[in-house]
Amino acid sequence: MPKKYETPLLDELEKGPFPSFVTEIKKAAAKSDMAADELGQLEKSYRDKRGYWKHGGIVGVRGYGSGVIGRYSSLADQFPDVANFHTVRINCTSGFFYTSEFLKEMCDIWDKYGSGLTNLHGSTGDLVLLGTNTENLEPIFAEFSSRGWDLGGSGSALRTPSCCVGPARCEWSNINTLDITYNVTQEFQDEMHRPAFPYKFKIKTAGCAVDCIASIARADLSIIGTWKGKIAVDQGEAANYAKKGMKIQEEIVNKCPSKCMSYDGKELKINDDDCVRCMHCIAKMTKALKPTGEKGATILMGSKAPFVIGATLSWVIVPFMKLEEPYDELKDLIRKMWEFWDEYGKNRERIGELVIRKGMREFLEFIGIDPVPQQVKEPRRDPFFFWTEADLQK
Amino acid sequence: MYELGEKSTGKKKLKSSDIQKTISADLSITRDDVKAALKDLVDEGKLIYTYFGGSFVEIPPK
Repeated sequence: MPKKYETPLLDELEKGPFPSFVTEIKKAAAKSDMAADELGQLEKSYRDKRGYWKHGGIVGVRGYGSGVIGRYSSLADQFPDVANFHTVRINCTSGFFYTSEFLKEMCDIWDKYGSGLTNLHGSTGDLVLLGTNTENLEPIFAEFSSRGWDLGGSGSALRTPSCCVGPARCEWSNINTLDITYNVTQEFQDEMHRPAFPYKFKIKTAGCAVDCIASIARADLSIIGTWKGKIAVDQGEAANYAKKGMKIQEEIVNKCPSKCMSYDGKELKINDDDCVRCMHCIAKMTKALKPTGEKGATILMGSKAPFVIGATLSWVIVPFMKLEEPYDELKDLIRKMWEFWDEYGKNRERIGELVIRKGMREFLEFIGIDPVPQQVKEPRRDPFFFWTEADLQK
Repeated sequence: MYELGEKSTGKKKLKSSDIQKTISADLSITRDDVKAALKDLVDEGKLIYTYFGGSFVEIPPK
């Protein structure tokens, strides 16, 4: 019979309208000492207003430097079953599609070797297994790898690439996000499993500018689907939206960031030359508006949470890249970016921070991309274009 | 490579890229060659990856 702790503070977190992680840990604690001790330690943390987890160290599976995050309790005497409580990251599928058969297998493996607690999915994208001890790491890896699964990225490495559901369920996707993610994952296995970067590097792919995966805020390399042609307007469907109560002028036209739309009560017009492909109008009027023409992606770099500097959003470096298998142009670009980072990056400096420190001009020169207006991040900012001595002699 | 790890033990934690840069310069070989050798040593368990706020390559504790 697993241990039981009084948890008055955690119990409060079960009273709200939303699903509670406390309820789920309690369910796991009913059959796992490890989950029970986790609950006990968490209650103590809430009571003492401090964390008791130590992080990092020397854990992993043979040959890999990623995929296992060492976690240790600093209260091992009081909570011995979580003395080691390592996290295991399993490389997620593109778009997070699993069979029920796999999910059952995964849960069985995890009940056998770990706490039974999972996190589908962690913010990094991986299928996260929470809490096991050091001895069980190799058996867990063997169980998963024998079924064709692999560990994800962690540490100073390429993190497991992730993407939105893309064309699997969304007709607005301009690129095959699933295929891109799969290809990039396969291509850069070494960079994912054997950490050699100054710090972490995340790649996230969204099918359009709605950016359901929030790649613009969460990835060192954001790949966002876009198009080159016009937005086709079905005036009949636009009229239907108006009939059903949509205030097209207020909800669509006035909210267009580049003010490229107009509506006279009968006809919706778009000046496509001024459109910035934000997807706002299309997402609101899916039956009336549709992107046409060549499809591809905008490549951006450098978003991250606060660390050396504050939070940043990604910055356009390639306004349009045609993305088709085998994605050589994209892979070459990624390699050049890493080369720059390897050359100049400091320990624990994200690539975006490095570009801010060294300057976009130097970065673009190094990776061999010409400066273009779309790269200017905000009005009245230096467009990082300078004449070199050689240019002046021409 | 192993000697480099031994020399730095207890003094400075080495990143994989530090090892690649140093060895490729010292032996005039490519970084890909160093990476391959490093992979072999890690696969054999003679070197391991560690994490202390960043990822490092070290000789495993005895």
